[in-house]
Amino acid sequence: MLNFTIRRLILAVPTLLFISLVIFLLLELAPGDPMAQVPLTVPPEVKEKMREALGLGQPMHIRFWKWIVQFFWIEPQVLVDAMFGTTFSEGDLRVISWQTRSPVMDIVVQRIPQTLWVVGTAYVVAILIALPIGIYSAYRQYSWFDQMGTFVSMIGFSVPPFFSGVLVIVIFSVQLGWFPSIYDTTLVVNSWDSFVLQLKQMIMPVMVLALQITAQLSRFMRASMLDNLNQDYVRTARAKGLSEYTVVMVHVLRNSMIPVVTVIALGIPAIFGGAIITEQVFKVNGIGQLLIGAIQANDLPMVQTLTFIFAVLIVLFNLIADVLYGILDPRIRYD
Amino acid sequence: MTDHNHSDTLIPDEGLAPASTALPTADVLEELATPPRSQWRDVWDQFKTHKGAMLGAVLFIFIVAAVYLGPYLWTIDPTQIDIRSRNQGPSFAHPFGTDQLGRDIMARMMSGGQTSVSVGITAMLLALFLGSFIGVVAGFFRRLDGPLMRLTDLFLALPLLPLLLVMMLLFREPLSAAFGLERGIFILIVCAIGITSWMPTARIVRGDVLAIKEREFVLAARSIGTSNSQIITRHILPNVLSPIMVSATLGIATAIITESALSFLGLGFPPDFPTWGRLLFDGVDYLQQYPERVFWPGLAISLTVLSVNYLGDGLRDALDPRIRGR
Repeated sequence: MLNFTIRRLILAVPTLLFISLVIFLLLELAPGDPMAQVPLTVPPEVKEKMREALGLGQPMHIRFWKWIVQFFWIEPQVLVDAMFGTTFSEGDLRVISWQTRSPVMDIVVQRIPQTLWVVGTAYVVAILIALPIGIYSAYRQYSWFDQMGTFVSMIGFSVPPFFSGVLVIVIFSVQLGWFPSIYDTTLVVNSWDSFVLQLKQMIMPVMVLALQITAQLSRFMRASMLDNLNQDYVRTARAKGLSEYTVVMVHVLRNSMIPVVTVIALGIPAIFGGAIITEQVFKVNGIGQLLIGAIQANDLPMVQTLTFIFAVLIVLFNLIADVLYGILDPRIRYD
Repeated sequence: MTDHNHSDTLIPDEGLAPASTALPTADVLEELATPPRSQWRDVWDQFKTHKGAMLGAVLFIFIVAAVYLGPYLWTIDPTQIDIRSRNQGPSFAHPFGTDQLGRDIMARMMSGGQTSVSVGITAMLLALFLGSFIGVVAGFFRRLDGPLMRLTDLFLALPLLPLLLVMMLLFREPLSAAFGLERGIFILIVCAIGITSWMPTARIVRGDVLAIKEREFVLAARSIGTSNSQIITRHILPNVLSPIMVSATLGIATAIITESALSFLGLGFPPDFPTWGRLLFDGVDYLQQYPERVFWPGLAISLTVLSVNYLGDGLRDALDPRIRGR
């Protein structure tokens, strides 16, 4: 298992390098000029200097190498410095945003907590709802509960977040006036009242995200339970005289959870990507909204870094899912 | 369709004695009397029993017809501005009301639907072509299997929505300069969605091709000197048609949602060129006063995707011979 993990970790390096190259080339070969916004009255030689100040003067491969160094060598040093108060990264050039002229990673670090709060809560809520629904749907296959579950998850699949989000805004903030339609990030939770406010503003984005995740997870849980419910060991367990609860919740559930756990792990990066739209709808200023803002402002270093962070998340959670599968299911041996 | 599709049903049971020695039972006689049924007839019969799928198919056909044929019946120009009758509620003259410039929302929904549905179908066809091609090649030629599947894995590891957004940002201007504003963005969106959504199809098709390649009829075809390209087109492709068809329906759904998402984020078609996502995006500004403006395009997107999903669900059941028998 350890061998496998190490091998996968080493394999992840070329994957990530390739992805960073793809992102870099996409941005590089695209025929857009970062100087397009500069007024025409600015003389060409000044423009050339501005271009060099942005680091655009050098050939492509050198800039790629510099970006790699900045991202994989200097940024981790900054992180270490921030954590332990050391000075490894002093004087080194970091990835600078063209919008704010400040290091990209600093802005990302400011934005990540909002995303994590909303997305993380939604994921936990969705798992808590989806698992019982999936278990019961499988146990009572083709009952009205199961049919309802199928229908609701079909709706969860089909209604895109930009519609369900807007719909809950219309219902709960415009018509009923229960929840605020805009997420207030500056809210500091230090009393009961502010906690209630925080709860209120989180309900709608969490609801929208959770609906989507629940739809997928509950279907998967159901399928996995159904696969196991007809196995011989279940009959054996019943024949031994175990209670129905023990049979389903201990014997079947534990075996059914193996693929579900890996799917949960695989879904986490996709959620970060999907949260881009939800963040936009509810004006949560997380990393998704940061990406949209950077794209609209033509801030290429920011776009590059954020896209790459998403890629790292995908590769990382793929790896985690594979390792988890091996740990949870002793029948699977990668070595 | 070639005979090989029947290999599931035509292989005799192992225990069956040769026909000349066994007495023909009533069962066999009856079977001989009924005319042979084609595979597609069986598929259709199974498909009919799936109520959701039938409903989905009817709904999808209705939406497509309404969107493409509707403008012949409802002849108001979607871009016609009538500022005197702006922001009207539903009436006989304008069943869905009018927008802030007095344009008829029903006409805009139809022309928006044309764009959304054509983007969905074209992008799906592109993704399907890429996916099937890569899947068949990877499954059939062992030497290409490794590299192509590594490529698929790499594509699966790309963050798709951010990349789509970046592509929209970067290639919008040059393509609209080259092909005209609307056509350029249409090409861009279709290509972007197609290039980023072929991977699941490729994986499924490769798996099926790997299994089918080892079957006897492929060996037989090879033994009479059929060339590789002919084996692929005449023997392999018809047999992997069912997973391809299922991923086609699901592909339409994801393509429509992706296009609407791009339009919703303001990175899709230009503002005066309606699509369902764009109409939804424009409606959000008037959310408080006229919530119905958000409702109609959203409902159209959701219903289309829902119907296509049910269609795919029924198709999957109908095309699976293991389920079809029951």
